[in-house]
Amino acid sequence: MSPADGSVAVAGLSFSYPDGTLALRDVSFRIEPGACVALIGANGAGKSTLLLHLNGSALPGPGLGTVTIGAREVGPGSLDAVRRTVGMVFQDPDDQLFMPTVREDVAFGPGNLGLDPAEVARRVDRALATVDLAQVAHKPPYHLSAGQKRRAAIATVLAMEPGILVMDEPTTGLDPRARRQLIELLKGFGHTRIIATHDLELVLELCERTIILHEGSVQADGPTRRLFEDPGLLAACHLERPPSLRPCPSCGANPMTDAY
Amino acid sequence: MGGTADPFLELATLDALAGGRSAIHRLEPRAKVVTVAAFAVLVASFGRYDVARLLPFALFPAVLVTLSDTPARYLLKRVLAALPFVLFVGILNPFLDRAPALAVGGLTLSGGWLSFASILLRFALTVSTALTLMATTRFDEVCLALERLGLPRVFTLQLSFLYRYAFVLFAEAQRMLQAYRLRAFGRRISLGQFGSMAAQLLLRTWDRAVRIHRAMLARGFTGRFQPPAARAWGLSDTLFTAGWLAAFATLRWVDLPRLLGGLAWGGPG
Amino acid sequence: MHMADALVSPAVGGAFWVVSGTALAASCRSARRSPDGLGVPLTGVLGAFIFALQMLNFAIPGTGSSGHLVGSLLLGILLGPHAAFLTITSVLVVQSLFFADGGLLALGCNIFNMGFLPIFVAYPCLYRPLAGAGGPGRRTAATLAAAAGGMLLGALAVALETRLSGLSALPLRTFLLALLPIHLVIGLAEGAATAGILRFFRRARPELLERAPGGRTSWRAVTLVGMLAVFTGGCLSWGASRYPDGLEWAVARVAGAGAPARPAKADVPARPAGADVQARPAGAEVPARPAGADVPARPAGPGAPEGALHQRLEAVQRTTALLPDYALPGRDGTPEPSRAGTSLSGLVGGALTLLLVAGVALALKFRRRTA
Repeated sequence: MSPADGSVAVAGLSFSYPDGTLALRDVSFRIEPGACVALIGANGAGKSTLLLHLNGSALPGPGLGTVTIGAREVGPGSLDAVRRTVGMVFQDPDDQLFMPTVREDVAFGPGNLGLDPAEVARRVDRALATVDLAQVAHKPPYHLSAGQKRRAAIATVLAMEPGILVMDEPTTGLDPRARRQLIELLKGFGHTRIIATHDLELVLELCERTIILHEGSVQADGPTRRLFEDPGLLAACHLERPPSLRPCPSCGANPMTDAY
Repeated sequence: MGGTADPFLELATLDALAGGRSAIHRLEPRAKVVTVAAFAVLVASFGRYDVARLLPFALFPAVLVTLSDTPARYLLKRVLAALPFVLFVGILNPFLDRAPALAVGGLTLSGGWLSFASILLRFALTVSTALTLMATTRFDEVCLALERLGLPRVFTLQLSFLYRYAFVLFAEAQRMLQAYRLRAFGRRISLGQFGSMAAQLLLRTWDRAVRIHRAMLARGFTGRFQPPAARAWGLSDTLFTAGWLAAFATLRWVDLPRLLGGLAWGGPG
Repeated sequence: MHMADALVSPAVGGAFWVVSGTALAASCRSARRSPDGLGVPLTGVLGAFIFALQMLNFAIPGTGSSGHLVGSLLLGILLGPHAAFLTITSVLVVQSLFFADGGLLALGCNIFNMGFLPIFVAYPCLYRPLAGAGGPGRRTAATLAAAAGGMLLGALAVALETRLSGLSALPLRTFLLALLPIHLVIGLAEGAATAGILRFFRRARPELLERAPGGRTSWRAVTLVGMLAVFTGGCLSWGASRYPDGLEWAVARVAGAGAPARPAKADVPARPAGADVQARPAGAEVPARPAGADVPARPAGPGAPEGALHQRLEAVQRTTALLPDYALPGRDGTPEPSRAGTSLSGLVGGALTLLLVAGVALALKFRRRTA
């Protein structure tokens, strides 16, 4: 897969729901292959709607912008190719783990790609090994813990060997250990990663670039650290600084200015 | 629902039991489904006054339960819990069917008591066997067996999805019920409240279906499900099925209890 | 409302399996032909919804009891008849396998009673015409009527199936008298609950209810299936009933043997003229049952107290005392086995059989533990 396949370009994207609410307003950005970009914003800012456009679950109306994955524009004719390239991990793993066992779930994607059974099995094993769930592959999804479910959902997507991973709130509901495991996992990926999240600590740790959405439009787009150091910006977008960037409660040292 | 207070628990228990590794668990699902179905039909085929002739059929559930380590006490509890309706209908037999049918010494048993006993026996036999099937076979394997036995794929997929999401939906319904009870102080749900609660659940469920569909499309779903890897049919499966079917046929047409009774007492055989 | 295996004869069970199976196959074909976008994820998850919903009991106004939603009509309105039928069938299958709600043989009957009748009869014949394109009032009335109608039809079917199977001695009229009023109330409650749910649902998602679910019910199909049911059931019952009604014969023998007439009125309602004689589908193996041969002459009791219960209690007392040296006096002194399907030696042998079965089970257990 050529590096160009992992690029994402959104240009002038606008979107309204059937009842008239404007969800996205002229959104534009470009992401290079291999980058890890966070998408943050208050609830209702349009993050989930934007994500849906990235794999063709929602399509831009005529004249309302374009979404380009690699060299392909997302449209009714390119859906198959787009979905092969963009792997989407949804907010609720239960929506994504619909087969009787984990193994069958992970095999679902590659199976649909028309690969031969041996190749499917190979990909399944690789994906399960990556997320460290090989030992529970035979179990039904409702026997897994929240963290395991999250990783299983990621495995279902990894098995398709996408160039781009899109994730919607990946750390919701995870205990600290499961969250740590997930972050380490994501750090090791070479895919282009776009992560919509409220977990600003994760953003600091993982994503060198952040896009802030507010009421459907892009308020800011730049290096994560710089954005988080702007309290006015964060407040205007109904966000706040993550704890690790706030002044220390005991000694008062300011992590952003003081060297420590 | 069969008198169970917590259907989620029942489903979960059988689901857990079905994950066992005994010889019975390892049998090909079709073998088990076919023998259980044949069992149900043959048990039902006895005459209404047949009591003793039903008894040898207890061998089948007994052997299955023993070899699969299914907890007998649990089975008993489930059988008893499902008893009420059958009991209610059957108990009237002795009162309505008083024609004498069996004499012991100088006394008589009316036909009604015999048919009542027959009803109870059939019930115990079929229910315990069906539950044992579910305790030794994972549901998705049962679905697969049914499909390979001829059921349309659309339907077996339906069953699979239903089962898969039953646990999720149960949990949601339980949470809703819990939230209600914490503020209801013992009052039962009124019709109006039910309508609103059920509608909320329905809406969420519908949205969930949309999301699942979206997730399927996102992984390249084209409308056709790939057939899952099939378990191979082996010699033990053939022996199991043929053996039990032969046994059922024999027991159906040979009156074993009468033979045994005859041998034991030297009476009419 | 569920039929149990114990009350169903193979003929009746088989007949309704044929009917329900046919309807299921037709619905599957229809579902395949119109992949309605969401398809299996929707019907599967809605099945789980109905399943879980049965946990929520509501108070039926006017009575002291609680009910739960069966859901057939709701599904019919939401999904259209074919998808709804698939869904409710899947719920019933899971219920029968896991909760012993109805048996495996009786499943065909249950699918017919609780699936086919509400969805392919009550929904098109009552709901659609009554609701028409009308407003909320008409829709609610239609829902109530269709739900009650569906329940009553189902109850009628249960009674008929039980009677035809011949395993319960309950007379049809009594059974109906007990079932119908209850199911009318339950049906109205189901209708009210369904209407309530739809009212909320419509307010939140009106577009989903305008989906005009496919599956215009073909009247020919419904009639054909109905006729098939009657035909198959009739054939199977006829083919299986090769023996005269054993009990009537028994009564005749008793009366003929000179025993004084027993207080017969208690028995008369159990033998509604004609209805019993033809319904003898109890399998080919039923031997002729002239039980009278074993009945020693007994004095007609002093009237009402000498009921079967009393007899039974006496029998129990005397059995425990008499078992070691039983004898079956025939009319001419030679032992004659009872022909009521179970003889005494049969019962003794039955006990031995149970011991044998228990022995086998224990032996297996022992072997496994030491293996």
